[in-house]
Amino acid sequence: MIYRETGQFKPTYRSDSAVFPIPQDRWVVVAFVILLTIVPSFFASEYLLQAILVPILIYSIAAIGLNLLTGYCGQLSLGTGGFMAVGAVACYKFSTALPELNILIVLLLSGLVTAGVGLIFGVPSLRIKGFYLAVATLAAQFFLNWLFNKVAWFQNYTPSGTLTMPPREFFGVLVTGAAAQPHHRYLFCLGVVVILALAATNIVRGPVGRAWMAIRDMDIAAELIGFRPFQTKLLAFSVSSFYVGVAGALALALWLGSVETAEAFDINQSFQVLFMIIIGGLGSMLGSFIGAAFIVVTPIVLTNLMVYGFGLEAVTAKHFEFIFFGGLIIFFLIVEPHGIARLWQIAKEKLRLWPFPH
Amino acid sequence: MKLTKKLLLGGALATLLSSPFAVSTVSAADQIYLAGLVYRTGPYAPNGTPFANGFKDYVELINQRDGGVNGVPVVYEECETGYNTKVGVECYEKIKGNNPAIIVPNSTGITYQLIPKVVQDKIPLVTMGYGRTSGAVGSVFPWYFNFPTTYWSQATAIIRYIGAQEGGMDKLKGKKIAHVYHNSAYGKEANPTLEVLAEKFGYDLTLLAVDHPGQEQKATWLQIRKKRPDWVFMSGWGIMNSTAIKEAAAIGFPMDHFIGNWWSGSENDVLPAGDLADGYKSATFHASGAETPLHKDIKKHVYDKGLGAGDADRIYEVLYIRGLLNHIFALEAVRRAQDHFGVKVPSGEQTRHALENMHMTAADWNRIGLPGFPEIKVTCDDHEGGHPVLIQEWDASAKTWSVISDWIPVMKDVVRPMMEADAAKYAAENNITPRDCG
Repeated sequence: MIYRETGQFKPTYRSDSAVFPIPQDRWVVVAFVILLTIVPSFFASEYLLQAILVPILIYSIAAIGLNLLTGYCGQLSLGTGGFMAVGAVACYKFSTALPELNILIVLLLSGLVTAGVGLIFGVPSLRIKGFYLAVATLAAQFFLNWLFNKVAWFQNYTPSGTLTMPPREFFGVLVTGAAAQPHHRYLFCLGVVVILALAATNIVRGPVGRAWMAIRDMDIAAELIGFRPFQTKLLAFSVSSFYVGVAGALALALWLGSVETAEAFDINQSFQVLFMIIIGGLGSMLGSFIGAAFIVVTPIVLTNLMVYGFGLEAVTAKHFEFIFFGGLIIFFLIVEPHGIARLWQIAKEKLRLWPFPH
Repeated sequence: MKLTKKLLLGGALATLLSSPFAVSTVSAADQIYLAGLVYRTGPYAPNGTPFANGFKDYVELINQRDGGVNGVPVVYEECETGYNTKVGVECYEKIKGNNPAIIVPNSTGITYQLIPKVVQDKIPLVTMGYGRTSGAVGSVFPWYFNFPTTYWSQATAIIRYIGAQEGGMDKLKGKKIAHVYHNSAYGKEANPTLEVLAEKFGYDLTLLAVDHPGQEQKATWLQIRKKRPDWVFMSGWGIMNSTAIKEAAAIGFPMDHFIGNWWSGSENDVLPAGDLADGYKSATFHASGAETPLHKDIKKHVYDKGLGAGDADRIYEVLYIRGLLNHIFALEAVRRAQDHFGVKVPSGEQTRHALENMHMTAADWNRIGLPGFPEIKVTCDDHEGGHPVLIQEWDASAKTWSVISDWIPVMKDVVRPMMEADAAKYAAENNITPRDCG
């Protein structure tokens, strides 16, 4: 009833292959983006912006990046933390070496550098698959963090090896550094996320995305019908790394401000992003957002609920948080092994038939 | 039945929706607010717990014994970080609206993130013996305080101690010293100073990094066995310390030539190594183990009333005392700000002023209940104070640390120019114009 496609005719190929072919979807997405632009920047507290919304947006980019590689191209990667570190280091080096450079260009360059690094570490994917590839990408994680910790040039020879993002403006508005207004940071992040998410959606529904999915579903068959696995996989690695690199750069520039690469982008970071796409939904754009939001928000909500809602000690709340968070992940994976995004898809199916289920 | 179920569900949902994003709100009208970013969970919890207990007990003591600072009660809240910098930043955002008198980040990683933020939010940041060393340059870092002393100063005191043991600083020439350090911002801090001193005194320096968490050190100690350094200095934390002591014993390295920094010299570090740790030394900036007037008060006003955060017999431990010291400094600053400005709850700017003019004399330490603590003097330009350092030695049979040196002065002439150079670089990168400290 609400979600009915009956009567929606698509007279041209163009309308049939639009990003959101159903008008309801299109309106909902547009309305949601407008809502996200207006509401938080006027009504959200600094805490909500800085500790919850900005991290969700940044992790969404990382999750989209990993989803392109793992969800769409089927290449399992545990190097996400390492690639985020590349993005952060590149962002730091570019913005300190070339203070005049626009922050958007710095982000773009950071992404490109990471894409290059991802390309190199993607080479083993031609020979190995599945868990073995995961181990090979694990090497990227450890090697990159070791490199940034070992070579002081990457940290501009600071004694402690900590990267600190200098304050930078985006067309006259301060977006990085501690003096930047939280809603400016948020809006900047949102802009980057919208652009990158649109780009990713278009990549995956075009020939490149179809090639990736063909490789994912059965690589030998894909090769037999003419897809070149080497180029396809490497392209997936570099595009994915671009996204992850931008996420790392944003994490340094807009969220954390100061980063110790080996600590902030350690192996747990790789797992965290991987869990985001598994819980959110492999091979789903929506899933990347839901997964990022779930992993960022749930622990914070649980802790705050227990401390300010039920008056528990901070440490007891933390222990309960570990239990509940773990339990929730298991619950969601049992109830819906295809991720939370799949629940939304099922809801859509139901809405299509509602209120006459037969 | 269905209705009750629905009501219950609705109630639970309402709580769920209302409280999660509620930022901590403590009424700040006539109360002093302090928040501790503590870690009683995570890989470093064994060290974080006594620290957190010290934080909590000192506030409790002041509230119970004196009814607060100058009669103004102190509200204290913990935020659990697990020693994770991302959680630490979330904690900071949550508590900063309550006008905390002072932020004690309790981790070098979190400190680095907060240094630029506190300038905007006008909250003094106090890191006692950790954090960014060059933050001691008050003209560039007006909101940051790292007294009584820093990693770099500590390294100079250790080298001075080694020199004294060798029979004079000139005897250091040709000696081999190894630095085993936690491969993180914290562990690396001492390296530049040790390098500068190596040039100055002509000893041969070997830098050996140990990756977090530090349970795997076989390769490190194999290198030490090969190089045979005369002295080993360690900047470790948590499990890394006890592992290193065991590994040192395994290769037969003499314990009395093995010196830890002040974060590598607590009971937690030596007890797991048992008898092997006998004779292990470490730096410190306070004595431990003794019954001071402060401990008597804590027992009487906190533990005897059943308000203690930990075990009553663990209040003499090194890290517990460090927790106490942190809040001694914090509340002392608040008290001075109250006196100076004649207010009940000082603002961040007022507390900052008090910190910057902090001068703690022997009389102050007697009043606090820690007699024998040296004078601390902070100035506009010098936020470190250059407090001297002690060396303590572990006695495994008695299970006590005993101080074996006098107060060793630090080499201010060496570290100060290095701090100024690093601070100037920070100022240039972040468009900061250093203020004039006269």
